[in-house]
Amino acid sequence: MLTVDNLEKTYDSGDKALKGVSFEVSGNEIVAIIGPSGAGKSTLVRSINRLTEPTAGRVSLDDTEVTGLDKSALRDVRRDMGMIFQEFNLVERLTVMENILSGRLGYLSTWNAFRRNFPPEDIKRAREILSRVNLEGVENNRADELSGGQRQRVGIARAVIQRPKILLADEPTSALDPDTSREVMSLLTDIAHEDDIPIIINIHEVDLAVDYADRIIGLSDGEIVFNGPPDDLDQAARDKIYRGGESIADREGPSAGSSTDSDDVIAERGD
Amino acid sequence: MSNSTDSWSRFDRRERLLRFFGLLAGLVILVAAWRAMEVNYGYAVTAPRELADLFGRMYPPNVGYSRKIVGPLLETINISILGTALAIVMAIPVAFLGASNTAPNKPAYLLGKFIISFTRSVNVIIWALIFVVIFGPGALAGVLAISIRSIGFTAKLIAEAIEEIDRGSVEAITAAGASPVDVLIYSIVPQIKPAFISVATLRWDINVRASTIIGFVGAGGIGVPLQTEINYFNWEAVLTILISILGLVLISEAISAYLRKKVM
Ligand SMILES: Nc1ncnc2c1ncn2[C@@H]1O[C@H](COP(=O)(O)OP(=O)(O)OP(=O)(O)O)[C@@H](O)[C@H]1O
Ligand SMILES: [Mg+2]
Repeated sequence: MLTVDNLEKTYDSGDKALKGVSFEVSGNEIVAIIGPSGAGKSTLVRSINRLTEPTAGRVSLDDTEVTGLDKSALRDVRRDMGMIFQEFNLVERLTVMENILSGRLGYLSTWNAFRRNFPPEDIKRAREILSRVNLEGVENNRADELSGGQRQRVGIARAVIQRPKILLADEPTSALDPDTSREVMSLLTDIAHEDDIPIIINIHEVDLAVDYADRIIGLSDGEIVFNGPPDDLDQAARDKIYRGGESIADREGPSAGSSTDSDDVIAERGD
Repeated sequence: MSNSTDSWSRFDRRERLLRFFGLLAGLVILVAAWRAMEVNYGYAVTAPRELADLFGRMYPPNVGYSRKIVGPLLETINISILGTALAIVMAIPVAFLGASNTAPNKPAYLLGKFIISFTRSVNVIIWALIFVVIFGPGALAGVLAISIRSIGFTAKLIAEAIEEIDRGSVEAITAAGASPVDVLIYSIVPQIKPAFISVATLRWDINVRASTIIGFVGAGGIGVPLQTEINYFNWEAVLTILISILGLVLISEAISAYLRKKVM
């Protein structure tokens, strides 16, 4: 279980990106974090594994308090958190196989890392994952030869091979076209269910969040303003997340069709 | 017909004036420098005759002598290879200090930058003189001179490659719990490898040429017999040596160009 307790982040520039954020994630829940640009979504997921150092508050994974660990203990707990990035963040000049195996580096001695000497279990597991993410046949291609969707699947495979207790994804679909985005979202949900781990996904497209998430957290200006199942995300909640409480109806007059919006949502959830 | 919207000129009036005065200042400096040299024009008049005379004495090149220079030529190549290899070994840590994204702290960064500028600012002949004084004449002094002189160039270009790496994979591998050394091995090194190989071969090519002259101050290689034969006015041997140097430089240039093209 991941517990985030009163997390704050103030950047050196003075920007207050997180203003006391608290929530819990457990089981094999898919939690989508939505919010306007600059709301603090990236800061939040990056503070969980301390790629960004939070300035106050606590993050705990099971019984380990992540905030406050020294460097070496932090490395150990990072092995239990897989991360997936918007721009895939692969080593472009290395092969697919090498990129996937890099997810095991936390378990490898420096000497073995230098010689690319991974234990046979890791290699066996890499091959299994390769077929799970549908990348058989390209394992020896260089990462820069792949399409965006394929690259993101390598990124997912690299996170999955860690055998993490939780996956963190920062806008994993924003660099992909709509169809590929949906493929990636279903792959992530499958992984959550098969490996029985929770996933926190930052996401821009509300429709994708509503379709795939079990729970939605709405972030606005560094604060959680919504936390509930997708069905509860009505127009009022959306207004609160995206317009600071000001509703579309207030702006566009009483006849403005907010009903069409929810019709869309219902239609999409139906398929 | 010209109205104001049709006419266009590359520079406006102010820029034209600036360019004019810039050019004028350049000419003045050139003339002043020329006069300060106090050239003896008498030598210039006899130069063509001297040149013809020198060629006459050089030609034909002494083919038999070429057997004698095989040793020094090999030594030149060895100096260039060992000097470059040693330079790279020393330049790698300097490059990581001198790259803003891998330097551990500000003083280390400044130290890196200082080593880069300092080794570059002293000419290879001066380094060779220094090492001949310390270690005596011979190839060892040459290897050290070449390597020290090359640190700055090599480290600077590698540091630039390090600064240009994509941070994304560094972050991803860090997020998987890898140590900074793992990140270096797995993310940074693959990214700088092409630049590294091209810098190393380019520098080796430069060092082949440098290795042909450091013999003038006793630091080994083909420069040693070249200076001796010049001193003894052995012009036919001198021409043989010059031709061999030309051949060596052309070959090294071709090899280095080929290698650089291959890693792109
Ligand atoms: N490295 C940084 N230094 C200073 N300020 C930062 C930094 N990163 C983010 N911020 C600021 O923190 C706030 C939250 O940024 P963050 O990137 O977390 O938002 P986001 O919700 O992920 O936005 P987006 O949807 O555009 O990705 C913004 O005001 C941003 O300007
Ligand atoms: Mg973001």
